[in-house]
Amino acid sequence: MTVGVLALQGDYSEHIGILNTLKVKAAEVRTPADLKHVQKLIIPGGESTTIASLLETTGLRKAIISRARKGTLTIFGTCAGAILLARKVSGKNVPPTLGLLNMKIERNAFGSQLQSFEAHLNIKGLQDPMVVSFIRAPRITKTGWRVEVLASHDGYPVLVRKGKILAGTFHPELRGGTEIHRLFLKMK
Amino acid sequence: MKKRNVLGEDLAKMLKGGVIMDVVTAKQARIAEDAGACAVMALERVPADIRAQGGVARMSDPKLIREIQNAVSIPVMAKVRIGHTTEARILEALEIDFIDESEVLTPADPFDHVDKTQFKIPFVCGATNLGEALRRISEGAAMIRTKGEAGTGNVIEAVRHIKLIKKELSALKKMTPGQLKSYAESQRVPLDLVKRVRESQRLPVVTFVAGGVATPADAALLMDLGAEGVFVGSGIFKSRNPLQMAKAIVQATVHYRDPRKLAEISTGLGEAMAGLEIDRLDVRMQGRGI
Repeated sequence: MTVGVLALQGDYSEHIGILNTLKVKAAEVRTPADLKHVQKLIIPGGESTTIASLLETTGLRKAIISRARKGTLTIFGTCAGAILLARKVSGKNVPPTLGLLNMKIERNAFGSQLQSFEAHLNIKGLQDPMVVSFIRAPRITKTGWRVEVLASHDGYPVLVRKGKILAGTFHPELRGGTEIHRLFLKMK
Repeated sequence: MKKRNVLGEDLAKMLKGGVIMDVVTAKQARIAEDAGACAVMALERVPADIRAQGGVARMSDPKLIREIQNAVSIPVMAKVRIGHTTEARILEALEIDFIDESEVLTPADPFDHVDKTQFKIPFVCGATNLGEALRRISEGAAMIRTKGEAGTGNVIEAVRHIKLIKKELSALKKMTPGQLKSYAESQRVPLDLVKRVRESQRLPVVTFVAGGVATPADAALLMDLGAEGVFVGSGIFKSRNPLQMAKAIVQATVHYRDPRKLAEISTGLGEAMAGLEIDRLDVRMQGRGI
């Protein structure tokens, strides 16, 4: 199995670092041709407007949607990645998304960088709380039918799953913890 | 090393692989966002104009910064003069996302840079070599950009600085413990920081390039030399077709290893900004605040 990491913009190398720690084969995905060789895809943190515009110019937007609809791609989106997976996005200058997960998400819901924070999250199915960071983070304001909430913070869902799609509004890739990536790797 | 701005270092990681564009109006900021910029730098004059018009260059009017903040959803950065702690306090109060303590503005303190450990807002600082980068990091910078020579549209200094940092990192490997100690002393940086970068062979914070980037090929060249992203100052809004140039530089930063794509991206962009020879400059901004 090869796990692709969308390498258009953002902290994709941090995700590749975690996959390397877990001894999983990782590949950077920049073109539809790259996507053909992967069974799973991580959409990293970064700027969702930037990544959205590059998904369009590279042709990856259509390619990812088509693989997801066929059920041949398991996807994990973190922060900007979660925004790009959401069906509905609120906030300023909203980018076009992949719309693969039935939820509503608000961009930069907490404000500027001064409101970025670190938190200990209790995650369903994991024994110990995990330290993660929320950087200019979005907030999931509504989840649709059969979207399972795996973790919450301050009353809002922060890690959700439906079928082959996992989305988190925080960064599990920055503090060395591997638990959520392992959870993603187990997803069928 | 004293206190690190870990959350600021995190934000810098989110900017990687992206292009940060200088903008002087809210309208330009929207163009930058539409073109795919990962952040904008709000300022009153781009470096090429500061260079041409002369005079003391200072922090921008908060009114302009607020207009730009209201116009875009991507992170907003703004510049303070080197060592101007009060300008930095003002920008922090405006709740921008990143402060650039920049040699493009006229330095305010002949002795010290801002003590960045006293701020929650992260700082990016310029550097021309490894020692300078490590000094800024030990003062609390959460991100480094090479200085290049701003406002020239001439990429040679940006290339010089990113290459120098790489060469100096590599040279650390061959040093004996005694040589490492005297290097740290001569550069006025903590020995443990020197040891750490010797081991990792990279700076401990995200490193972008800046100063003189004028074409998609310039951006791609610098990415190929190990830059983690690009600041473009005058290169976009001093070109003939800013939106097209901005989009092209964003794409070149992603596809820097793909010459065919780069050929396509570079086609028909119209005139890039006019450039300047480094030897003929009256002011070398890179020598400020080293």
